[in-house]
Amino acid sequence: MSDQSKSQKTLDKETYQQPDNSGHFGQFGGRYVAETLTSALQELEATYRELWRDSTFQADFDRDLAHFVGRPSPLYHAERLSEKLGGAQIYLKREDLNHTGAHKINHAVGQALLAKHMGKTRIIAETGAGQHGVATATVAARLGLECVVYMGAKDVERQALNVYRMKLLGATVIPVTSGSQTLKDAINEALRDWVARPEETFYILGTVCGPHPYPEMVRDFQSIIGREAKQQCQEMTGKLPDALVACVGGGSNAMGLFYEFIDDQDVKIYGVEAGGLGIESGEHAARMAGDRKGVFQGQRSFLMCDDDGQITESYSVSAGLDYPGVGPEHSYLREIGRAEYVYATDDEALAAFRNLTRMEGIMPALESSHALAYVEKLAPTLEKDQVIVVNLSGRGDKDIHTVAAIDGLALDGKSGLQG
Amino acid sequence: MMRIKQRFDQLRSASRKALVPYITAGDPAGNTVEMMHELVRNGADVIELGFPFSDPVADGPVIAKAHLRALSHGVTLNDVFSMVSLFRENDNETPVVLMGYLNPVEIMGYEVFAEKASKAGVDGVLVVDLPPEFADDFVAQIKPKGIDMINLITPTTSDERIKTICSVASGFIYYVSLKGVTGSAKLDISGVQQRVTHIKQFTDMPVGVGFGIRDGESAAAISQAADAVIVGTALVSELAKFDQEGEACMQRVGSRVSEMRNAMDNR
Ligand SMILES: Cc1ncc(COP(=O)(O)O)c(C=O)c1O
Repeated sequence: MSDQSKSQKTLDKETYQQPDNSGHFGQFGGRYVAETLTSALQELEATYRELWRDSTFQADFDRDLAHFVGRPSPLYHAERLSEKLGGAQIYLKREDLNHTGAHKINHAVGQALLAKHMGKTRIIAETGAGQHGVATATVAARLGLECVVYMGAKDVERQALNVYRMKLLGATVIPVTSGSQTLKDAINEALRDWVARPEETFYILGTVCGPHPYPEMVRDFQSIIGREAKQQCQEMTGKLPDALVACVGGGSNAMGLFYEFIDDQDVKIYGVEAGGLGIESGEHAARMAGDRKGVFQGQRSFLMCDDDGQITESYSVSAGLDYPGVGPEHSYLREIGRAEYVYATDDEALAAFRNLTRMEGIMPALESSHALAYVEKLAPTLEKDQVIVVNLSGRGDKDIHTVAAIDGLALDGKSGLQG
Repeated sequence: MMRIKQRFDQLRSASRKALVPYITAGDPAGNTVEMMHELVRNGADVIELGFPFSDPVADGPVIAKAHLRALSHGVTLNDVFSMVSLFRENDNETPVVLMGYLNPVEIMGYEVFAEKASKAGVDGVLVVDLPPEFADDFVAQIKPKGIDMINLITPTTSDERIKTICSVASGFIYYVSLKGVTGSAKLDISGVQQRVTHIKQFTDMPVGVGFGIRDGESAAAISQAADAVIVGTALVSELAKFDQEGEACMQRVGSRVSEMRNAMDNR
């Protein structure tokens, strides 16, 4: 890769400059936390500001991305899928090929470098699907740091494989039994832990949510996805893509892809939320499909809550998209009309999962399958010489039990497949 | 009506310290107003009334569970205002401070919130996750209604922020004496004393100390350093037993409060 495409490039962005000094993206974002957390966040922000502009830090980060994560990840032309859909050419940004199998490792490596620099001895994280927990446990193992991962008790059950992976890596997984026992409650517990032991603890947050500086910092660490994709797309097709598509849980893989293209007004941007059982059913995680804005877990953004402001439980077949809040920068991109947010239902995502697996020999994560489901709708409306880049944020191994269960099969190792 | 100021003025001239118990509105169900009167009968000077939120991230397990119990009883912000109104029918002196999280207030709208709070007879509001630098719009709604903005200061708050906080806050300052969430570990009395003295360089407002006060002894010790002793977890953990013990646990809350009152007055 040329030097230009390396991490420094973000500093040179010309027109789009977000967030502001208070961490707001327009009206969204900010740092809405109790005073008990403020000094820890200020310390983190100051360190991040200093290091992100530091060439030694940048070199360390680039080296880890290259040699530990395995970057650059390929941009793959999915020819059979493109042909079948009969429209635009579809290119997959292969974040599934990263070490640990998803984009999460990019920001875990970046935050771990910060933790090391700050002399922290203890890493904590939250996780939903387990991908971010695995990525965090991985970087903690590599640095020899204590690692505690909070995970909703329901997710511990749903994601047994990843729980065991984290344990093998030496992490302590703490099942969270408060509230809805899912990702949002795991974040609450991680924040409580951090407040209690701020001196020795670094909280590696798993997405572009939470109080400032997390949304900005995690985006910057993920922005390598878009920088690579831009260069690769130009090399392979001679032009910029016509459209970008990524799934949006908290929104880190999507911001990672989108950020580099925000000033390229001709590139259409689509974020795909989890439509679950359908918006009318109420069982979904399509925060942007409603018009509720509020303050939750440190940030102002679109969210899911009732008329009394109580956060409501989201639902998706994919644990990584099952979250009632969304990163503030996505809310901002929606508000200024730069990105469009759509959704795919469980059924659409599962169909896209099967299609990609059969057509291209690539088994996507159920999260990424939501992005693919929208691509199946979008591609046929475009010309054959147009290009869609879709972020394949992770691989599907972790979801095989879920898909098997939907197929009415139990995979328990003892008796093999029981239909 | 500035009940908070009046109350602290009275206490100061009587050389007494304020006792400020916290309970969550709607926990147990249906007994909140009665409980508030019971707190006053046992020596409470100010009542802190939590309005429940689904994700009370600054609170420890005891108070977090109280929020969820209250929500399971269907308690809304409007219900909380009704409780305060009902309390005011028999008590027009004891200041009531609402304490909770921002999202329910945002969804109601700052203006409507201020209007309803004022009508109900609320005297102060502590919005845990609304820091002073983002509080202007909210303060602009509650101040004209005579409602105080209560803010937190912690062991790690910088002097610069203490200044900002004191410029936004009114009524009293709430010093959180421990790192961590509500209900954690033990407290260090002489450290608290030093910190309160330090804060007082920046403001004439009374300084209350909360988090970690459990019994008469700790209340009396803290009352030497602070103008007000704020106690939550120790009381709420009694109320958590309502399902098993019914009214008995509420009486015990009363006697815990009166134990603290006596210890503070006789130190
Ligand atoms: C593979 C994969 N994609 C996407 C997500 C959603 O997160 P985000 O929206 O932050 O990219 C997750 C979260 O666990 C994930 O594991």
